[in-house]
Amino acid sequence: MTDALKSSETSPVSGAPAPVLKAPEGGDASEARSLASDAWRELRRRPLFWISLGIIALFVLMAVVPQLFTRLDPTAASLSRGSDPPEFTWDGAWFGYDLQGYDIYARTIYGARASILVGVFATILTSLIGVVIGTISAYYGGWLDSLMMRVTDIFFAIPFLLGGILFMTTFANDENSGYFLIVGKVVLVLAILGWPSIARLMRGSVLQVKPNEYVQAARALGASPWRVIRSHILPNAMAPVLIVSMINLGAYISAEASLSFLGIGLTPPAISWGVAISDSLTYIETAPHMLIFPSIFLSLTVLGFIMLGDVVRDAFDPKTR
Amino acid sequence: MPEVILSAQNLVKHYPIRTGVMRRVTGQVKAVDGVSFELHQGETLGIVGESGCGKSTLGRLLMRLEEPTSGSVIFQGADWSAARGADMRRIRRDIQIVFQDPYTSLNPRMTVGDIVGEPFEIHSDVVPADKRRARVQELLELVGLNPEHIHRYPHQFSGGQRQRIGIARGIALNPKVLVCDEPVSALDVSVQAQVVNLMEKLQKELGLAYVFIAHDLSVVRHISDRVGVMYLGKMAELGEEDQVYDRPTHPYTQALLSAVPVPDPTLRGKRTQIVLTGDVPSPANPPAGCRFHTRCWKAQDRCKSEVPELIMRADGVGEHESACHFAEPQTIVEVKDVSASQGVEESPAVLTADQVEAIGTEPSQESST
Repeated sequence: MTDALKSSETSPVSGAPAPVLKAPEGGDASEARSLASDAWRELRRRPLFWISLGIIALFVLMAVVPQLFTRLDPTAASLSRGSDPPEFTWDGAWFGYDLQGYDIYARTIYGARASILVGVFATILTSLIGVVIGTISAYYGGWLDSLMMRVTDIFFAIPFLLGGILFMTTFANDENSGYFLIVGKVVLVLAILGWPSIARLMRGSVLQVKPNEYVQAARALGASPWRVIRSHILPNAMAPVLIVSMINLGAYISAEASLSFLGIGLTPPAISWGVAISDSLTYIETAPHMLIFPSIFLSLTVLGFIMLGDVVRDAFDPKTR
Repeated sequence: MPEVILSAQNLVKHYPIRTGVMRRVTGQVKAVDGVSFELHQGETLGIVGESGCGKSTLGRLLMRLEEPTSGSVIFQGADWSAARGADMRRIRRDIQIVFQDPYTSLNPRMTVGDIVGEPFEIHSDVVPADKRRARVQELLELVGLNPEHIHRYPHQFSGGQRQRIGIARGIALNPKVLVCDEPVSALDVSVQAQVVNLMEKLQKELGLAYVFIAHDLSVVRHISDRVGVMYLGKMAELGEEDQVYDRPTHPYTQALLSAVPVPDPTLRGKRTQIVLTGDVPSPANPPAGCRFHTRCWKAQDRCKSEVPELIMRADGVGEHESACHFAEPQTIVEVKDVSASQGVEESPAVLTADQVEAIGTEPSQESST
């Protein structure tokens, strides 16, 4: 008896070869499963995931190589065809022409680039600032935490549109501003006003991960703060920020459109949906096609990113399964 | 007696209580309030006490996961609590910790190989990079895990197996002292026995000294050479395992031992049961004098003003350290060594090895659902 017990003590694994492989429920659990692989398994089965991914892929492609979608030059204007409605012939302008006689279809296709650029870079920048500030604040705590969080509060208190208007009118564009400078300014203003929410989220997330015993164990082993943050805290605290950022990406694109609509975001010669919407609003009764097409594209893009963020969040939350 | 490897000298940890907008310090939670003991090479010192008595804080102080308010920890003659930089890193190799909760003590996003191999990444001069994998597999085998599971994630293991992974990480750097903070209290009783036996085996093979913090008196008795009983941040009694268990002289120890369930039905109702009244006082405002006087049936005026020292006091046969003015031995009950493995061995309804194994593997199947 004693011997038998001993042998079972010393080799519990060889005695019961990999009992973890047999999952009583949950189907084909045949290999290593982590949270991410579980989430991927879940995502694959959701049609919404594929739809949103398809929409995003389409618009990204549009932003990278607009020439694939139209042979027309978006900067070719002809006042003689100004505000012409759509003509549904094989060779005709399906979306019609705008006030300056630009082809709306070409303008809309080329406008994707600005929107996607602004959305992607604003997201990257806000996440970067937010994650760094939030992590340092939560990990070190004390007066540093208080100081950083009060600064965050100050930025958080600035109303989004008011802050945007102030920034963009102070650093206004002129005719000579290059495309990337114009886009860069919008990205910067979105990042300055958008990072506090990410920082707060990250701080909360790190505070939740920090007391875990595996973090303590790493400290007990003598791991440097940088190592603890990099290999223990960040991988376990990033998930909420990644998902919220993805949802925010859509919001940043529409914020860019709002700023452009107010005439202070992207300005001509930059082509963007916001600019197009802004320009055409006055003529909504006489030439509604000028407004409708860029609006549809904008809504679809924003919807694509928000839907993806939503579906990914659900997949990563084990409680919703 | 083997040489002293680790000693705590009057360790104190007070946490400030801050209130109001100005975060003014309005009080102190006296989590650990003057604890001293010595740990000898290769021995096991059990620390018992109820929740909130400061035993986990003591463990964290020994690990320097918390800085003591005052007092010091001496490791091999050097003041470990004052070490900095490279000295500190070197001593960290020699003192390691095993945590209570096997579910939060392993990073869910790292493979077992990475978890057990992390000590070598941090102390990169211990094992050359190309031999680390082999060493990790060696460690897994040593703690009774399949070395081929090196690429698995923690959630694919049962609680007992996870605790073995935690132990493997703890012993990776060949420490001399392992602080075990309630290492088995989150496990099933059958699995507790396996883990306790593993720890005893490792102690014999590697010459480890354990500080074994727990609240389960029978597990502590089974594994410990010496036992310390803590109450409200202070050591109430400290002595050899049989001295403390058979001839307790501190009223708190006596009350604590009388609450241990006895697995023999014929003894039921025949033993002394000391039922304490009231609750444990708040560590933010501990009683003056002897901390136990508010609940002690022996308390007199002297206990309210004069703090009893933890000194050698007669226990009937010999003497051991006790912090009571009126220390006298009182046999509570024949507390058999009822730690789980022995319980299984002595139990009349003997389990077969297969059954034991079945019990041991059950939780792992649950965990994979």
